[in-house]
Amino acid sequence: MSQASSPQLTPVLLVLGDEELLVSRAVADAAARAKVVDPDTEVREFDASTLLPGELAGLLSPSLFGGNRVAVLRGGQDAKKDLVAVILDYVKAPDPDVTLVITHAGGAKGKAFADSLVKAGAEVVPAAKLSKHRDRVDFVTAEFRRLGGKCGNDAAEALIEAVGHDLRELAAACSQLVADTGGRVDVATIGRYYKGKAEVSGFTVSDAAVAGDVPAALEALRWALHAGVDPVPIADALADGVRTVARVASAGRGSAFQLASTLGMPAWKIEKAQRQARGWTPEGLVAAMQAAAVCNADVKGGAEDRGYALERTIMAFAAARQGGAK
Amino acid sequence: MTIVSGVDVFAHLVGQPEAVASLRAAASGTGMTHAWLFTGPAGSGRSVAARSFAAALQCVSKPVGCGTCRGCHMVQTGNHPDVRFVVPEGLSIPVALMRELVMRAATTPATGRWQILIVEDADRLTEAAGNALLKAVEEPPERTVFLLCAPSDHPDDVPLTIRSRCRVVTLRQPSPDAVADLLMSRDGIPAELAAMVASAAQGHVGRARRLARDPEARTRRAAVLAVPRQLSSVGAAFDAANGLISAAEAESDAATAEIDAVERAEMETALGAGGTGKGAAGAVRGAAGQLKELERRQKSRATRAQRDALDRALLDLAGFYRDVLANQWAAPVRAIHSDVHAVAQAAAERWSPESTLRRLEAVMQCRTAIDANVKPRIAVEAMMLSLWKG
Ligand SMILES: [Zn+2]
Repeated sequence: MSQASSPQLTPVLLVLGDEELLVSRAVADAAARAKVVDPDTEVREFDASTLLPGELAGLLSPSLFGGNRVAVLRGGQDAKKDLVAVILDYVKAPDPDVTLVITHAGGAKGKAFADSLVKAGAEVVPAAKLSKHRDRVDFVTAEFRRLGGKCGNDAAEALIEAVGHDLRELAAACSQLVADTGGRVDVATIGRYYKGKAEVSGFTVSDAAVAGDVPAALEALRWALHAGVDPVPIADALADGVRTVARVASAGRGSAFQLASTLGMPAWKIEKAQRQARGWTPEGLVAAMQAAAVCNADVKGGAEDRGYALERTIMAFAAARQGGAK
Repeated sequence: MTIVSGVDVFAHLVGQPEAVASLRAAASGTGMTHAWLFTGPAGSGRSVAARSFAAALQCVSKPVGCGTCRGCHMVQTGNHPDVRFVVPEGLSIPVALMRELVMRAATTPATGRWQILIVEDADRLTEAAGNALLKAVEEPPERTVFLLCAPSDHPDDVPLTIRSRCRVVTLRQPSPDAVADLLMSRDGIPAELAAMVASAAQGHVGRARRLARDPEARTRRAAVLAVPRQLSSVGAAFDAANGLISAAEAESDAATAEIDAVERAEMETALGAGGTGKGAAGAVRGAAGQLKELERRQKSRATRAQRDALDRALLDLAGFYRDVLANQWAAPVRAIHSDVHAVAQAAAERWSPESTLRRLEAVMQCRTAIDANVKPRIAVEAMMLSLWKG
């Protein structure tokens, strides 16, 4: 990081977006950078919807005593006209001792204000909600790097499946995993850690089974059943695994993004299925889907031991995959 | 047949001369009993037989079941105060409903000769509902008659305890000719269309009439029969599965959406009249519960409608593979789907009889699987892949 050696602070920051974690991180980063330059930096926060233009003017005017200040203006999209005018006027010639951080939800409301700030030279820190799976995976891997750990895309995907889409929870999970494991995290680690979650269990079992990794699939199945996960969603996940690989493999070559709309699946799922599809033949997929249908009947009351029915299906997948490969 | 057609209450019971004879005798006093079980394949007319018999029992004129007297007429239009029906809307008949109806069936007839309770799908009784019915069937009040309908008298369909107290009337699958005759004489369907739909419906009278009268039903059937030609790859098999499931959903939506909305509006009106006085909060809580219960029942009914629609499609598909097989063995039987005979013939030349048989079994297995509660999408996908592979 070259930040500390060249203490050049950005005078106006526009934190654009409504992802709470990213917004608070951007604000904290700005304050931390200012404190590197001057440990006595004063940080004050204001609400844009209630702040009076006069108060802001006083705050931004050169201080008698010098010293750095960080002024955080929250909710820029709600700023009233006269406040906006004062800010835009200030941005033309900002005080080098002051860091003005404006957060803005990034929606249609107050968009003109945000645009004017950008035009006037404010530095933009993106903080929009991550809507794409790819971005979430990148967030998780970056988070591990930030914390001094390491995690592959597949492990990041497993973590997202287990924890969900809330960035705060994901960040908390990353830091806990790094603290507990020393930083190297793979899919199995995630499985062990989040074995209580139905989603991770079903899909972890299915991913391993479809990939022909019988030991991993059986282990994941054991965790899942041990944690009390119902066999029905696991059976559904197994069928979904075969269905996804079959549909993606059958769609032929093409980028995941091109196929996304024709198959009606998210691109990340297609990419994963394209990897899994290696080793499968059409005949093998037919046999696997038939096994998945039998499994569905078994877990719904047909079979004495439903765990055994799931195990048998995992082996049937492996046999179908090998049988097709000869 | 021609003398009584459209007049006699049994005229709508197609191709069942033996059953009609014994029912007519019972209604005139020979061999009457308090509990009857009507069995036979889907569409053979189990509920038609029960309703016709009920009309004959309430007939106040001669010959019995005349079809023109007040008694016959009221039963046939569903307005007779002494004839009640249990028709399950969901997948099963709840015990509360059964208890209430059994209790009412125990009262003396208001106007008719008998107090009659018709249970249209006795195979869909819950165990508790079955027990409630059993008590009544064991000791029937003097003027009460129970008419139960079920696919068969197998213990899976009707508990042995009930079965053993019923006289069983077994209905046959009516021949396509008998069904076509009925469609022509009663519904005025042209001969050629009547013959086509009668054989396509495989003995199911209601299905045949639907195909004859509803162009959309014919379109859906054509889409199903196009499936075997579309299965060119694994991906195509999944597309076909999706098409079949979506069509069943659309069909059931169309069938249930309107009645759902009416029911909901009626309930909201009834509940909205509660006012705002003392205890209104409790009333609102109760109302939410009632609406939830209504939604649950509607969902259960939609699920059943979807399964029924899907099963019809699967039967159509099975009929096609059966036609291909018949072609391959040069069997002297009439084609089920006479309108796509050429397609079946082409397939017969391309496939081996063994692979056709495997395909037919895949369709039947799919029906069994859905019946055993397998997720319909998974069962249909597995079937389509088998149909593709052969
Ligand atoms: Zn009459």
